[in-house]
Amino acid sequence: MLLHLYRSAVVSLIFVVLLGLAYPLAATALSQAAFQHQANGSLTTDGSTLIGQTWKGPKWFQGRPDGTVRTTGPGGIIVSGTNQPGPRSRSLEEAVLKQAAILKREGIVPTNDLVTTSGSLVDPDISPADAYAQVNAVAAARHLPPGQVRHLVMTQVHGPELGFLGAPTVDVLELNLALAKMR
Amino acid sequence: MSYFWTILVLVVLLALSWRFLGSYMAAVYEGRVTFLARLERPVYRVLMIDPESEQTWPRYAGALIVFSGVALVVTYGLLRLQGSLPFNPQHLGAVSPALAWNTAVSFVTNTNWQNYAGESTMSYLSQMAALTVQQFVSAAVGIAVAVALIRGFARKGSPTIGNFWVDLIRGVLYILLPIAFVCGIVFVSQGAVQTLAGPATVHNALTGATQVIPRGPVAFMEPIKQLGTNGGGFFNANGADPFEDPTGATLLLSVLLLLCIPVALTYTFGKLVGSFRQGLTLLAAMAIIFGTWLGFSSYAEAQGNPAVAAAHVVAQPGGNMVGKEVRFGALPTSLYNIASTQTSTGSVAGANDSFTPLGGFGLMSGMMLGEVTPGGVGSGLYTILLFALVAVFLGGLMVGRTPEYLGKKIQAREVKLAALGILVMPIAVLGLTAIAVSVHAGRVGPTNAGPHGFSEILYAFTSQANNNGSAFAGLNGNTAFYNVTGGIAMLLGRFGVMVPVLALAGSLASKAVVPSGLGTFRTDTPLFTGLVIGVILIVGGLTFFPAVSLGPIVEWLSHGRLFG
Repeated sequence: MLLHLYRSAVVSLIFVVLLGLAYPLAATALSQAAFQHQANGSLTTDGSTLIGQTWKGPKWFQGRPDGTVRTTGPGGIIVSGTNQPGPRSRSLEEAVLKQAAILKREGIVPTNDLVTTSGSLVDPDISPADAYAQVNAVAAARHLPPGQVRHLVMTQVHGPELGFLGAPTVDVLELNLALAKMR
Repeated sequence: MSYFWTILVLVVLLALSWRFLGSYMAAVYEGRVTFLARLERPVYRVLMIDPESEQTWPRYAGALIVFSGVALVVTYGLLRLQGSLPFNPQHLGAVSPALAWNTAVSFVTNTNWQNYAGESTMSYLSQMAALTVQQFVSAAVGIAVAVALIRGFARKGSPTIGNFWVDLIRGVLYILLPIAFVCGIVFVSQGAVQTLAGPATVHNALTGATQVIPRGPVAFMEPIKQLGTNGGGFFNANGADPFEDPTGATLLLSVLLLLCIPVALTYTFGKLVGSFRQGLTLLAAMAIIFGTWLGFSSYAEAQGNPAVAAAHVVAQPGGNMVGKEVRFGALPTSLYNIASTQTSTGSVAGANDSFTPLGGFGLMSGMMLGEVTPGGVGSGLYTILLFALVAVFLGGLMVGRTPEYLGKKIQAREVKLAALGILVMPIAVLGLTAIAVSVHAGRVGPTNAGPHGFSEILYAFTSQANNNGSAFAGLNGNTAFYNVTGGIAMLLGRFGVMVPVLALAGSLASKAVVPSGLGTFRTDTPLFTGLVIGVILIVGGLTFFPAVSLGPIVEWLSHGRLFG
């Protein structure tokens, strides 16, 4: 029993040093050297391309309505994935109706992704169909030819990787950054 | 169509890992892999262990229990003291005692049930030195028990079943650490974060909004979270968070990682007992149940969300996207979450709680079958071997002969131990669920109304007693009641099964081998695969059908009704 205890304590110490310090610290050094942009959160000056934001008004492409239920923790830090409506909850139906009404007011035909919240609540993407559904509204609000805006969306469609991994996406931050540069 | 390709590629990669990882693991546990001997030998010296010496089953189990107890204390201590320790850029205070207890038990038992949001609760040191360490170690403990049981079948008249310390250390050094490190590079290259610099505050000049974005040492925690069938993520949203699983490629890699060891262990088993067909027979049972559940849940999620449909404002061409990520889509998310619930992993790429009633039933019932399809690292194999023994016993009853498995006579002691190992989990799940719905502290947990509220409670104890860790996360589990009862469920589900399994290993190892004759019931045939599937489904179905009827089934049957 005492020998078991001694061995347990020593092995635990070795594991904490090897797996809890050496492994993640070496990994961090390697990541910062080889993949600095990704390792630090894929940041642009206006936010991370991997973390969704709320875009208000018809001048911008809208992401998923995650911002309506997103919560923050100490220091205003984003806490992901806090909203989990059940598949037959009345509150979910009400949230969908409310979001659809907001989209219709802006001249957007609602789509599935645009009226439902994601799992992370920081979903940075919309599907190409969600983006095309907003083209006319954005073009009108910005007095741009719809064809030009539609073309912009086309250039922003990514994936699926290798043609089959995941689904095709449009990153809302990247799209809006490109939109802001349009004349 | 792309979903078809995803599954096809996954199957090919799993077949390769079955063959090559399986034989590699056999070599590791037979002591034939030595490229890290320079690191390994000094450790044995400090521990005063002769790596050639072996333990009887009570000593093996004793070492395992004492070690897990010490790991529990270390993990608890680190969580309680994190406020005064380094790598804490958010200056987070100590984790509360009840939550620290639940979390320490959760990670030591390979469950990774999380009653907290990592980004606002855990310091970077806690994530690395408390949680990630246990993700390696608890996985190695699970594989060690499976290997000890395999030795029980493979040996004749042996008083010992291996050396726990050697199995533990070799599993970490030769299997888990190298694979995790290599795959961590893939995760970070795809966009998972890996930094100690603390949260990033960014100001968007276009909208005027400011975000405080959590970051941390995430990318290299991901592979061991999956590979060790742990499931505990850095962030609250787990694999749905883009900083954990940034792309469709990491989704596929995640699913491959969480399935590869449990699948490959069937090859290791076959190799060590001297017949690949014996391992293949069990793998076939695992694959048939897994495939059925996957098809069923994918179909359910493709149908769309009933509450969204009730609103009549959008079509759902991509299926149920509530709680799911656009970059994954509904079907790959179902694949991830089904694989995760059938392997005792419990990580998620989307909100389980927002799966359709039948999709959610698929997640919950996959765990209720005992986590054997293919189950957790080690635990999947040793649990399906318990089911195989019961199947052999039933087969023996049918033909009126003393049952044998792999040349070992299966007698009263073995059947009792197998039955005990199988029954611990349902007793914990149903007993604790019954207590939770009977007391006020339990009934205030669910946030969803109607049958879904009951499902949230049932799911919580099913998940914890199976050491899975996934949740119908609408349940508010961070209360004294759920932290304490959940901890009990996790300990029972882990050690309540491991000890009978090790006793079984000891009992089998000491037996002589009886030569197979004409009347021997063959256990390497499709018929035996069918018998094992039958036993798994009958035991799980008979045990849980009444409880499941009150939750997901009644929810599914309430066509056109919403609750709340």
